[in-house]
Amino acid sequence: MYTFSNKLKLASIILMVVGFLGIGLGFINSPSTIEEAKAMVAQDAHHGGGHGESTHEAAAVEEHHAEAGVHADVHGDEAASHQSHDEHTLSKLQNRPWAAFFIAAFFFFMLALGTLVFYAIQHVAQVGWSPVLFRVMEAISSYLFPGAVILYVFFVLTSAFHLNHLYIWMDPNVMAHDEILQLKSGYLNIPFFLIRSLIFLAGWIIYRHFAIKNSYAQDDAKDNTYYKKNFKMSVFFLLFFFVTESIMAWDWFMGLEPHWYSTLFAWYVFASMFVSAVTVIAMVTMYLKSKGLLEFVNDSHIHDLAKFMFGLSIFWTYLWFGQFMLIWYANIPEEAGYFLTRIEHYNGIFFGMLVFNFVCPFLVLMNSDFKRVNWFVMIAGISILIGHYMDIFQIVMPSTVGEHWGFGVPEIGSILFFLGLFIFVVFSALAKTPSFLAKRNPFVEESKHFHY
Amino acid sequence: MASKVIQAIYNDDDVLMMAVKRVKEAHHHIEEVYTPFPVHGLDKAMGLAPTRIAITSFMYGCVGITVAVLMMDFIMIEDWPQNIGGKPSFSFIENMPAFIPIMFELTVFFAAHLMVITFYMRSKLWPFKKAENPDVRTTDDHFLMEVSLHDNEDELTRLLVDTGAVEVKVSEKH
Repeated sequence: MYTFSNKLKLASIILMVVGFLGIGLGFINSPSTIEEAKAMVAQDAHHGGGHGESTHEAAAVEEHHAEAGVHADVHGDEAASHQSHDEHTLSKLQNRPWAAFFIAAFFFFMLALGTLVFYAIQHVAQVGWSPVLFRVMEAISSYLFPGAVILYVFFVLTSAFHLNHLYIWMDPNVMAHDEILQLKSGYLNIPFFLIRSLIFLAGWIIYRHFAIKNSYAQDDAKDNTYYKKNFKMSVFFLLFFFVTESIMAWDWFMGLEPHWYSTLFAWYVFASMFVSAVTVIAMVTMYLKSKGLLEFVNDSHIHDLAKFMFGLSIFWTYLWFGQFMLIWYANIPEEAGYFLTRIEHYNGIFFGMLVFNFVCPFLVLMNSDFKRVNWFVMIAGISILIGHYMDIFQIVMPSTVGEHWGFGVPEIGSILFFLGLFIFVVFSALAKTPSFLAKRNPFVEESKHFHY
Repeated sequence: MASKVIQAIYNDDDVLMMAVKRVKEAHHHIEEVYTPFPVHGLDKAMGLAPTRIAITSFMYGCVGITVAVLMMDFIMIEDWPQNIGGKPSFSFIENMPAFIPIMFELTVFFAAHLMVITFYMRSKLWPFKKAENPDVRTTDDHFLMEVSLHDNEDELTRLLVDTGAVEVKVSEKH
């Protein structure tokens, strides 16, 4: 029986409080008038050194035209163009704390969601090796509900209340002047957006609720009824998930850049989600094992999780490169724009994440023996989590904040807040878990003796 | 000196594993075990040194990626500069996305083929080589353990029959 240690609880609460202050500070510091925004940009340019004010301005105007879909007919009116450019800069700067919040909120949510998917796959495959880890996975997925509620509130504030300009298609003024977006308005409209998000978040939460209920009920069962129920339910959940996950990726992330599309995008987001989730399962397992719990988990289980981390890191890289190379090679303007912003203004993050997501896990986890050494798995895991935060960051930030980005108080505050909340929720769930062993699972004996 | 070996035949891999462990415990030297398929964990039970073929594979992969880089640089950039994807930059690094599939494929190609060749050489296998296994049934459904003999035939025979061998016989080492 695990008790949530006071030290860890205190640490998670401190993280939440500090993070909350950081988020608040981010919102207070964001500019509220055009003059303030101009002053901030000027200061930024000053700090930048090499960047001249004029080139900065020109690039921004150009980018603005491309992004907001302002077409040639508006070009004539110079004054109006300048005015709209300043407003545009202001809205981008105002977006920053919101985007930072969204990135961290989604990052920790996807850890829980990816874990739930991994858990469902274990049921569908009727695996023999992993039942001893089921309770860890169930506890991590408990963050799904609070994470989903926070994200949904965020989307309601974004869309129905127009508190930020993350999604330009939600702005009626932009819609009115953009013929391409008007063609998409059958899909990209606020009520439908909120309904879609509600359906898939609710579907995932409902599956989790019943899967875990059945899993606990199986502990005291005389036969395998609940196990079979979970098998059937997991099959349908996976079908539902892979459709809704695609829609989620389009809605929440591709919708940030509504003129751009990539057919690979949903899988790419999924790969990030999945590898990070397996990493968190491995990390929590190793943490609990180091506390002397989970005595039935042996090195071979860690080895298998590390194999997943290794393989999925390569899978993510494959998708990242598949998406990048085709667009780079074809060089079609409306597709290449997505990568141009990232390579010009986010170069370090865009290419740096390859080191964290690919090179480091690839080299550290390549050797079979290293996958059994907890410290190596931990180092690779930390690298993977940092790298995939960077990945979500470079999906969201360039589309919402553009070149006026930074990594400061709002970003760090958001990470700390959600990290604290995640730890608090997951370890509270672990403390409530009746038994760490799914003792009546038909494969639990095989799992205990799993040996590679 | 013609050394003699005792050959014990088993018809189950689990029985074989137990037998190998018992013979090792009794401090007899197992010359070789012939199996129709790879038996998981047998190398450890026999006390064989861990394989180093993975290390050679890694080195071959490094060779492969180096060959790919040098080859693409020579073919596409230096010898006959190509305009790749409408971007006539003529620089290796800027055109690298187009070369990554080739770098990947050659890494895999070198690692896989050279590793197999290394394996053949290390196990002294070549075309038309005569089979070494002493009993043809080891290519079908039987397992054969060879233990070296030092004038302890009776003792070993008793031990091997006791471990579940279906057949025990003495033969010259060849």
